Amino acid sequence: MILNTSYQLPINAQIKGLFDFPVDLPTLVDEIPLGIIIFDINQRIVLVNRAFEALSGFCAAQALGIPCFNIMRSRLCVHKCPIKGLDPNSEPVCIESDLINKERQLIPVLINLSPIKNNRGELTGFMETVEDLRPLREANATTSQAYGFGHLIGKSRAMSKIFQTLPLLAQSDSAILITGETGTGKDVLAEAIHQASNRAKGQFVKINCGALPETLLESELFGHRKGAFTGAVENKPGRFRLAHNGTLFLTEIGDLSLSLQVKLLSFLDDKVVYPLGSTKGFQANVRVIAATHRNLERMVKEGSFRNDLMFRLHVVGFHLPPLRERGDDIRLILDHFLNIFSSRFGKDIKGLSKKTLQILLDYSYPGNIRELRNIIEYAANICPKGQIRPTHLPAYLSEPELHYNFESSTKEEKPVWASSPIETRKEKTTQKTWSALEKDMIIEALLKARGRRNRAAAILGWGRSTLWRKIKQHEIDV
Amino acid sequence: MMEKKILIPLFGDQVAPRFDLATEVHIFSITDKGSFLEDKTVVLPRASAEQLCHLIIMEKIDTIICGGIEDEYYKYLKWKKVEVLDSVIGSYDSVINRFSSGKLLAGDILFDKEFKS
Repeated sequence: MILNTSYQLPINAQIKGLFDFPVDLPTLVDEIPLGIIIFDINQRIVLVNRAFEALSGFCAAQALGIPCFNIMRSRLCVHKCPIKGLDPNSEPVCIESDLINKERQLIPVLINLSPIKNNRGELTGFMETVEDLRPLREANATTSQAYGFGHLIGKSRAMSKIFQTLPLLAQSDSAILITGETGTGKDVLAEAIHQASNRAKGQFVKINCGALPETLLESELFGHRKGAFTGAVENKPGRFRLAHNGTLFLTEIGDLSLSLQVKLLSFLDDKVVYPLGSTKGFQANVRVIAATHRNLERMVKEGSFRNDLMFRLHVVGFHLPPLRERGDDIRLILDHFLNIFSSRFGKDIKGLSKKTLQILLDYSYPGNIRELRNIIEYAANICPKGQIRPTHLPAYLSEPELHYNFESSTKEEKPVWASSPIETRKEKTTQKTWSALEKDMIIEALLKARGRRNRAAAILGWGRSTLWRKIKQHEIDV
Repeated sequence: MMEKKILIPLFGDQVAPRFDLATEVHIFSITDKGSFLEDKTVVLPRASAEQLCHLIIMEKIDTIICGGIEDEYYKYLKWKKVEVLDSVIGSYDSVINRFSSGKLLAGDILFDKEFKS
C-alpha cells in the first residue's frame, strides 16, 4: 500500500543535445548493470534504475519521492550520511558499506556518491551508484591461499606474521611504510594492501620517487595549473588527484628531495594538495603507502631525510625479510614459479633434480625473489623437458666465487624498527645460509689449528689453496 | 479485553530503516478497541540486533513494526511467535494511525510523496 502517490514517474526525463534526437534517461540508465539512484537536494529519490530495483527489491514506483535512507537502508545512512559534507565542487565519495534489501538479505555494497550541478554550477541533486560486492567476496574466499596474501606467498614465521596483520591493517586508512631489500616484493605488498582495502575500487597509483628529477616529480605528484611554468600549456591533475579515493604508492621514498619531503609532510597533515601555480587546494582522499630499500633511520641521522616525515609515514611498518632469511619459503616460491613458467612455456618439466635443488637452496639470493624468479624463468627456458639439472641453471650459480657477498653489504640496511633484537638473534642462529656457515667453519678450523693454515685446511679436508681462496672470499682477517 | 504490545524501532520521527542499527525504540500497548494503555521510549546503549531481540522477548512484545530486518532475526522472532511487519516506511504517527485502524501490512509505504522539482 502506497499513500499519496501524487508523484509522477520521470518517464519524460530526457537527455538532449547528445544525439540528433532526445534520449529517454530511464531507458538509458536501465541498461547499466550497476545500481543507480538519483535524488534531489532534499534527498528524495527521483530516479532508480533496473539494477537498483533488483538489488534493493523496491520497484521504481515505490522508491520515487521517498527519502533515500528508507530505500537504500545502508549502514552509512544511519551512521554518517555522506551527503552531509558534499557541496557542488566536491569530488565523488567512494565508501564500502552494506544494505538490507526487501528479501531481508544483508548485502555488502560499494557506494559511489557524486553531486550533480546544473548549468549555473548550483547543486541540484546527487547520483549514487551501488555495486553489489557479493560476487567479489565469494571470488576472494575461493582464491585465498593458506600461505599467502594477494600475490605474496610464504610460510616462514616472519611472513606468517605479516599475513596475519595485513588484512586488518589494509582496512584502516593509516599510512604504511614498507621496507626491505630490493626484490623482496614491496610493490606486490603495496598492491595487495590496496586490493584488500575499502579503496580497492579506487585507483592504485604508483610513482617512483627516484626516477624523476625534482622539478618534474613535484609537478607529477601535485599537478600544475596552465601557465605555472614555461611549457605548462595545460592543467595537469597530478598523481595525488588521480589517486583520489584510492591509494598512492610512493616507491623509493628515500630518494625524495628535502623540499618535496616538506610538501609531502604538509599533505599528510591536512590532506590538501596545492598544484603548482594554484592557490586553490584540493581535498584529496588518498591513502599513502611508501616503500624504500634504504635505512631511513640512518638517513634521518645523516640529515638527508626528515624525521617528522618518517614518523608520519611510519604509522604502520612492514619489513619484508630477504629471501635468505625465509627458510622453507625458498622451496615454496621455487615450486610456485616453476609451475607458472612450465605452464606458460608449455613445457613438461618434472621438477628439479636433487643437485639442482641443493644448489638453489644453498644460494644466498642477493636479488631476493626477483632473482629467484629470473633463475627459474631461465631454467624453464633452457630445460627441454624432464627435470631441471644444474646445467640448466645460470652459470654463476655453480661458481661460488661469483656469488655476491651479501653479509657485509646488506645487513646494516635493515632498519632498527623492522624486528625485535630477540627475533633478529633467533633468525641469525636458525636461518643461516651456507655462506655464513662456511665462514664459521673456517674460523673454527683456524682456531683449532691455532692459526696454522696447513692444519686448518687438513681439518676441513680442503687443499691449502682452496682454504686461501675461501679466506679471501669471506674477508677473514688472519 | 484483548491487549497487544507493539515495538517500533525509531530513526528520528520515522520508522528506523534498519532494525539492527536502531538505538531508540518505542513500546506501546493497544486494546482491541483502539485505546493506548502503555507508552514508553527505550534508548539502547548501542545498536545491536541481538540486544533488540532480547528486549523484545523480555518485554513480551506481540508485534514489531520495522524497516529492513535480516532474515536471521526475522525468522527467530517468528519462531518466538512475534508478528513482524517489516519494510514499513513512514513517520511514527502515520504508522500508529494505520496500525490502530487494523490496516497496516508489511511493506506499506506511508509517505507523503508530493514532490517539487
